[in-house]
Amino acid sequence: MGVVYIMWLRQLKKYWRSKPRMIGSLAQPLLFLIALGFGFGPIFQKAGGGNYLDFLAPGIIAMSVLFTAMFAGIEVIWDRQFGFLKETLVAPVSRAKIMLGRTLGGATVASLQGFLVLLISFLIGFRVQNMFYIPVALLLMFITAMFFTSLGTAIASKLEDMQAFQLIMNFLIMPIFFLSGALFPLDSLPKPLVLITRFNPLSYGVDGIRGALTGVSHLGIGMDFSVLIIITAIILAIGSYLFSKIEV
Amino acid sequence: MEEKEIIQVNELTKNYGRFTAVNNISFNVKKGQIFAFLGPNGAGKTTTIKMLTTLLNPTNGSIKINGFDPMKDKDHARHSFGIVFQDPSLDDDLTAYENMEFHGVLYNMPKKLRKERIEYLMKFVELWDRKDELVKHFSGGMKRRLEIARGLIHHPKILFLDEPTIGLDPQTRNHMWTYLKELNKKECMTVFVTTHYMEEAEKVADNIVVIDHGKIIAHGTSTQLKNQTKTKSLEEAFLKLTGHTIREENASTLERLRAHRRFRRH
Repeated sequence: MGVVYIMWLRQLKKYWRSKPRMIGSLAQPLLFLIALGFGFGPIFQKAGGGNYLDFLAPGIIAMSVLFTAMFAGIEVIWDRQFGFLKETLVAPVSRAKIMLGRTLGGATVASLQGFLVLLISFLIGFRVQNMFYIPVALLLMFITAMFFTSLGTAIASKLEDMQAFQLIMNFLIMPIFFLSGALFPLDSLPKPLVLITRFNPLSYGVDGIRGALTGVSHLGIGMDFSVLIIITAIILAIGSYLFSKIEV
Repeated sequence: MEEKEIIQVNELTKNYGRFTAVNNISFNVKKGQIFAFLGPNGAGKTTTIKMLTTLLNPTNGSIKINGFDPMKDKDHARHSFGIVFQDPSLDDDLTAYENMEFHGVLYNMPKKLRKERIEYLMKFVELWDRKDELVKHFSGGMKRRLEIARGLIHHPKILFLDEPTIGLDPQTRNHMWTYLKELNKKECMTVFVTTHYMEEAEKVADNIVVIDHGKIIAHGTSTQLKNQTKTKSLEEAFLKLTGHTIREENASTLERLRAHRRFRRH
C-alpha cells in the first residue's frame, strides 16, 4: 500500500507546487464558459434548449477533467526524459502498483481541477438542481479521470519523446472533446456522428456529470456509471500491461 | 567458491535489430570487490548495466545478481542492488528529503530505519541542511551527491555506478570515494563502476574489465593490464587496447535532450 500511496502523493505535491499551471489550466475553461455560454446562450434559448450555461457547465467540467487526466498520464514521457522513471523501474515493487498509484494521483488531480471549474461556473451563474448530487458528480469525474489517465499512461508507455504529443492532442483529445456532447446536445445529430459519440468514452462522463448536476441526462446516470466502470477497468489493465513492458 | 561470485554474467548478448550492442560477454565479480567496467563511448557499458539491473531484457545469455536471475526473479535481484545512473534521475519538483523518502518507501523500509538512514546519509553528503529545498535548485554536483546517497539508503549488496563522477570537482570525487571504500570494507558492499577517468579506476578498482564494440578485450587487475600491454599507466594501457580513434555514439533525441539539460546545469 505504501508504494501506491507515495506515487499518489507525489502527483498531488507536484500539482500543488505548480500553481501557475493550475491557474493557467483554469483560464481555458473560464474562457469557454464565458464566450460560449454567453455567446450561444440566446440562440440556445430561442431554439427551445433552455438555459445554455446549465447545459454547458457540466461539459466544460468534463473537458477540464479530460485534459488534466490525459496530461497526467502522458507525463510518463517527462519522467522518462528526465530520468526519474528509471528510479521507479529498478525498485523492487510491481509495476502495476506504480502505475496504479500514478493513475490514482493523476485522477485525483483531474477531479480537483474539475471541482475548481464547477466552483468557477457557480460564479458565472450556473446552478445545480440538487446540492446533494454534487458528490455523485465528483465520483463520475473521478472515474472519467481514471479512464483518461490510464489511457494517457498506456499511450505514453509506447512513446519515446514528446514529439507525438501534438498528434495526440489533435487527433485524439480534441475529437474526444468535441464529439462528446460537452458543447451541444447529441439528440439530433446525423446517424454516423451519433454512432461515433456512442463509442466516445467522454460522452458517458459528460452525460453522467450533467445528469448529476442538472438532473437532465440523455442515457441515464446508471448506464453512464456502468459503462465508465467497465471501460476504465479494461483500460487500466491495458495501461498496466504496457507500463510493465517499458524498457529504458 | 560459488557464492563468492556476486555477479555472474554468461554469454550475454543484446541486439537492437541488426546492431549488436553487447556481443557474447562473460565475466564474474567477486563479493566485496570494487570492479571497474571500462570502455570508450558506445562500447556497450550502459547497455550491460541496464541488463544487470532489470531495465533491459537480454537477447541471449544469463545473469546472476546476488544469486538471482534479474529476468525471472526481478524483485529479489532489485533488492540486492542500488544504482546511480549516468543521467540524472531525481524528481526536480520534489525536495531532497522527499526524493530520499520516496526511495525508502519504494524499497519497503520501516519508517524508523528509513529516517535514520536518510539523516545519516544526507549528513554524510553534506546536504542535510538543505534537505527541504527543491532539487531543481541544486547544482549538478549536489544532485550527484544526493543520487549517491539515495542509492545507498537500502544498504544494497551491490552498488552500480554508471559514470558517477562526471561533472564532479576533485573534492567531491575524493570525498565520495573515501565513503564508498569505507562502505565497501565495512559492509562488504560490492561496487560496480564505469568511468572514463582512468586514474580513478587505477586507484580504486580491484579488478578491471575493458569492453569495446560490445566485446570484452581485456580483464585483470590494473597491474596485470599494464604488464600485458607493457605500459606505465592504466590510461596508456586503455589506449593501447582500444586504439586512438574517437568514437561516435548515436544519440537518440532523448539522449540529446538529456545532454542538453546536463549542459545547462553546469
